[in-house]
Amino acid sequence: MNRKRVIRWMICFIVLLLLAAVFLILELAVGSAKLSLNDVIGAFTGSSNSSAKTIVREIRLPRTLAAALLGGALSVSGFLLQSYFNNPIAGPYVLGISSGAKLTVALSMMFTMKYGILMNSAEMVGAAFVGSMISMVAILLLSGKVKNMAQLIIAGVMIGYICSALTELAVTFADDANIVNLHNWSMGSFSGISMDNVKVIAVIVIAASAAAFMLSKPMSAYQLGENYAKNMGVNIKLFRTALILLSSILSACVTAFAGPVSFVGIAVPHLVKNAFGTAKPIIIIPASFIGGAVFCLGCDLIARMLFAPVEISISTVTAVFGAPVVIMAMLSRRNQKGSA
Amino acid sequence: MSGTILSSKKLSVGYGKKVIVSGLEFEVSRGEILTIIGPNGAGKSTILKSIAAQLPFISGTVSIAGTDISAMSAHDIAQKLSVCLTERITAEKMTCEDVVSTGRYPYTGRLGILAENDRNIVQEAMELTGVTYLSDTDIRCISDGQRQTVMLARAIAQQPDVLILDEPTSFLDINNKLRLLSILRELVRSRNITVVQTLHELDLAQRFSDKILCIKNNKADRIGTPEEIFKGDYVSELYDITSGSFLPEFGTAEAAKVTGAPQIFVIAGGGSGIDTYRRLQRQGIAFAAGIIHENDIEYPVAKSLASELVIEKAFEPISDESVRKALEIMKRCGEVICCPDSFGTMNIGNKRLFEAYKSRT
Repeated sequence: MNRKRVIRWMICFIVLLLLAAVFLILELAVGSAKLSLNDVIGAFTGSSNSSAKTIVREIRLPRTLAAALLGGALSVSGFLLQSYFNNPIAGPYVLGISSGAKLTVALSMMFTMKYGILMNSAEMVGAAFVGSMISMVAILLLSGKVKNMAQLIIAGVMIGYICSALTELAVTFADDANIVNLHNWSMGSFSGISMDNVKVIAVIVIAASAAAFMLSKPMSAYQLGENYAKNMGVNIKLFRTALILLSSILSACVTAFAGPVSFVGIAVPHLVKNAFGTAKPIIIIPASFIGGAVFCLGCDLIARMLFAPVEISISTVTAVFGAPVVIMAMLSRRNQKGSA
Repeated sequence: MSGTILSSKKLSVGYGKKVIVSGLEFEVSRGEILTIIGPNGAGKSTILKSIAAQLPFISGTVSIAGTDISAMSAHDIAQKLSVCLTERITAEKMTCEDVVSTGRYPYTGRLGILAENDRNIVQEAMELTGVTYLSDTDIRCISDGQRQTVMLARAIAQQPDVLILDEPTSFLDINNKLRLLSILRELVRSRNITVVQTLHELDLAQRFSDKILCIKNNKADRIGTPEEIFKGDYVSELYDITSGSFLPEFGTAEAAKVTGAPQIFVIAGGGSGIDTYRRLQRQGIAFAAGIIHENDIEYPVAKSLASELVIEKAFEPISDESVRKALEIMKRCGEVICCPDSFGTMNIGNKRLFEAYKSRT
């Protein structure tokens, strides 16, 4: 039976990787200028014409890589939060952490624009991280007060609303030409991400995800509950702090570059856990990462193509696909409780 | 291989600054089961949590194999001591084997991947506790009894010197209670490990412990063998039993006796009267009983339930004196119930009572 499980995991990983490859190629090939697979390959080997090269390498590639990396980051961030709160419907978006990041990024962008300075990637992430942590601290303080997980989620959603409202307010009163950009960004989009941005994203996301992967052992102990984890030698305080910091960094990175992207953090880990038939962090962390990449690449394709040349916000698409999964996750949790 | 493995000196435990139990001193040897008993809220679980290094203690020391646990790393403690708690496992999509495998945590590498040897130990632990058939079942989809046994297997897979169990038998049916405690007994014998547990079932505590620690009024009231603890009225005092009585011989309780003038006289002996005593108690009827030898199996029950009782010395035939006393009480009772089917040499006096009753009607 154990072998059966391993085979299942391998098949799932292969399917995920294949999907990722297919979506990556589609993202590069499909768009207002349709390119063939040969054109795409040629863009890298140098055999394509210069316009195809520019489109693929300078416009589509950064966007594609960003969608993949940020999708992975969101999913891993969601899984970390779910582990922390021992609740499958926790995620950076529903807990208001993305919105906190959105608020601080919008405020700092407006502030710096006023003085004609453009923030660089690292500064954007820094601003987002501060916002993430503010929301996170609020949620942590509340989680000490409310015993019921549903209440915590509602509190998170409310924090999200407060932050979004403040962001809207700030955007309304800002009278800069960049307001359009700011507005687009605050709706969520993978467009306009440069290759330089991608480099920063790659470093942060890969490092934080690898660190999360290294936490998979204490995470598996923590799944049995705090007391058992303590008995197995887990330093609970250190472990929890690491979970909070890593999930905040990951979701901050997403929000800094793509704005708030909804529900990926809950939907992807839920789907992946069901597909793999396990919740072992050592499997689910890498699987969520790839799954998140696939999910966001697919959603970005839809966002770009559905009403082309008009683009819809990424959050709109992820919500359409993600929100039903969140409801499913909620229902399956209730069913298991009832039958147990 | 014997010798003290776990001991405490001047141990005070509690939450924050609030002391719950203080001045705790005990020693447990390898291959022993120590059971902590005491009233609700006495601090039994707090003591367990402190010994298990889950709760920092307020003062004093706890040592495992001579080493002070406050000087040990969490990792070292994990290799020496494992716990089995009552809390519900809510983990998603974990099979029972996954749960037992977490017991190997202190022995695996950075990523927690099990080696061949670890897998064998997990299998062994599951076989020992008889839960191998649950290997691929989701931990949330099994009964309380099964779950408790799986959690015990997990604790065993941790290969501890000391196994700590918080009310392991709560929520289990009698068969599962006995099975779990038998597994513990077997474990203690075959692996020479030490068990420290809390139990609410005094009968089981009496039968499955080598030492019993009694907690009352913020301190260790008494520590001793089951024979020393289940003696006289001590347990009744420990729990301040007021609405009934405790029979230390059996480790069981009887409901409160109906006091007042007896309405019925029960002729009994040899265990024949027990059912009748309990039925009358349930119906709220005060009764007298006799003549019961002091070494009769039903003597403790009769003593706790009968409002008046005529007794006879152990191993002696029933004396005329006792018969006279019984007849006198019988006269005041409206009715007589005769329980024994037959009479022999030692209780021929009871036959006299029965005949006196028959001639009366």
